[in-house]
Amino acid sequence: MPYITKSPWIIHYDGSSCNGCDIEVLACLTPMYDVERFGIINTGNPKHADIFLVTGSVNEQNISVIKQIYEQMPRPKVVVAVGICATSGGVFRECYNIMGGIDTVIPVDVYVPGCAARPEAIIDGVVKGLGVLAEKRGRLPAELAEEAAARRAAEREDDDPEAVMTFEVSEDAGDGKGGA
Amino acid sequence: MTANGINVAAALSVVAYIVLAPFVGGLLAGIDRRISARMQGRFGPPLLQPFYDVLKLLEKEPVTVNRGQDFYVACCLIFMMVTGALFFAGMSLLLVIFTLTTASVFLVVAAYSSNSPYAQVGAERELLQMMAYEPMVLIAAVGLYLVSGRSFGISDIIGSPAVGVVYLPGIFIGFLFILTIKLRKSPFDLSMSHHAHQELVKGLTTEFSGKTLAILEISHWYENVFLLGFVFLFFANGTPLMAVVGVAVCLIAYFLEVFIDNVNARMKWQFALNSSWIVALVFGATNMMVVYFASVSGWGVQ
Ligand code: SF4
Repeated sequence: MPYITKSPWIIHYDGSSCNGCDIEVLACLTPMYDVERFGIINTGNPKHADIFLVTGSVNEQNISVIKQIYEQMPRPKVVVAVGICATSGGVFRECYNIMGGIDTVIPVDVYVPGCAARPEAIIDGVVKGLGVLAEKRGRLPAELAEEAAARRAAEREDDDPEAVMTFEVSEDAGDGKGGA
Repeated sequence: MTANGINVAAALSVVAYIVLAPFVGGLLAGIDRRISARMQGRFGPPLLQPFYDVLKLLEKEPVTVNRGQDFYVACCLIFMMVTGALFFAGMSLLLVIFTLTTASVFLVVAAYSSNSPYAQVGAERELLQMMAYEPMVLIAAVGLYLVSGRSFGISDIIGSPAVGVVYLPGIFIGFLFILTIKLRKSPFDLSMSHHAHQELVKGLTTEFSGKTLAILEISHWYENVFLLGFVFLFFANGTPLMAVVGVAVCLIAYFLEVFIDNVNARMKWQFALNSSWIVALVFGATNMMVVYFASVSGWGVQ
């Protein structure tokens, strides 16, 4: 069992919503539900987070925010869409500025329906996400190795023989960077 | 004991510190989180949660802002280990304090190196905290020097028959006060906190993730064990009885800090700076002067 399933840290973002689900997420932290029992911590920093909990739907203005948070999270990471707004747009679906659910912008791993989603359902969704997290964690070393290999290959391609020659010559001239 | 015997004992305690401190520190952190949760009417995480957290961080994708950052954080860990090693080897207390400061400075530099505004504010607040606690730490060192037959050597302080706290009650109170800052507890968890706080409070660690954050966490475990060792110095007089009392007081002090953490809101940095200097002056400096004049006028200590 990877350790990530024992210590999933969460970052929470609330998109276009009525704030109902937002409040329910915070309710999970209260003594009544106490998600810290599972090692879950609500961080405010995508770089520390493992699970991205999104409530509310995507509108034109928060696309970049959602994407940025998602991209800043180090892998393995899981996205949990909480509430029907995050799942499909919900009651806001027909609005002129709404794109729809979170999956129109970033890949979603777990959907938690409900309006508002109950804290029990949210915790259940996060626990479901742990399974996905464990799976992604298993794939991570291979992925990283593949990327490193691809990077090395790309670097080799960049170094065609002539460029290497000019680089070496210019290095002799005492200028390490200029020539290549 | 022969000189050789002392060396072997010192080497053993250094090795014990390097190997065991992370476990003790992590366990203390787990107890802290558990007790905090109970104080808030929650059940709380498993006792080993801090270890799960660090092991998890180690298995995350490595992401750093720049290469320097990892180097600085690694230096922070190394200097923290050296601090504790020098301490448990019984070397000079002054040397230990300055090594500790070096470790903290590396942490600040690591935060500054990222150019992220949150990290920078965190680094500034960390520097302010250092300014707040340094005077009291030095006064504590001088106080222990005065009562241990004029020696900064930690083995002399532990070995001297005088029980520090008897002569240095003010300095001990002052040291407990700044221990709140050092352990990063409310009301002084300005630059970084171990609980699920956010934004500026996590400022220092904003740009650290994965392995870097794990290393930082481990260096805090080392630091906490060393700090409790410092508390122990006030009680040690070379007898087993006082050693037991010392360890008990360390645990009580830790519990007290957890309690203070839970009953206080976070204050502004101005308050941290002013209050800790006032405490250092009123309790620390006064106590130090009393002990000093007592010793030059020939009564009291040595
Ligand atoms: S799903 Fe319902 S409760 Fe949740 S944010 Fe949307 S409208 Fe509000």
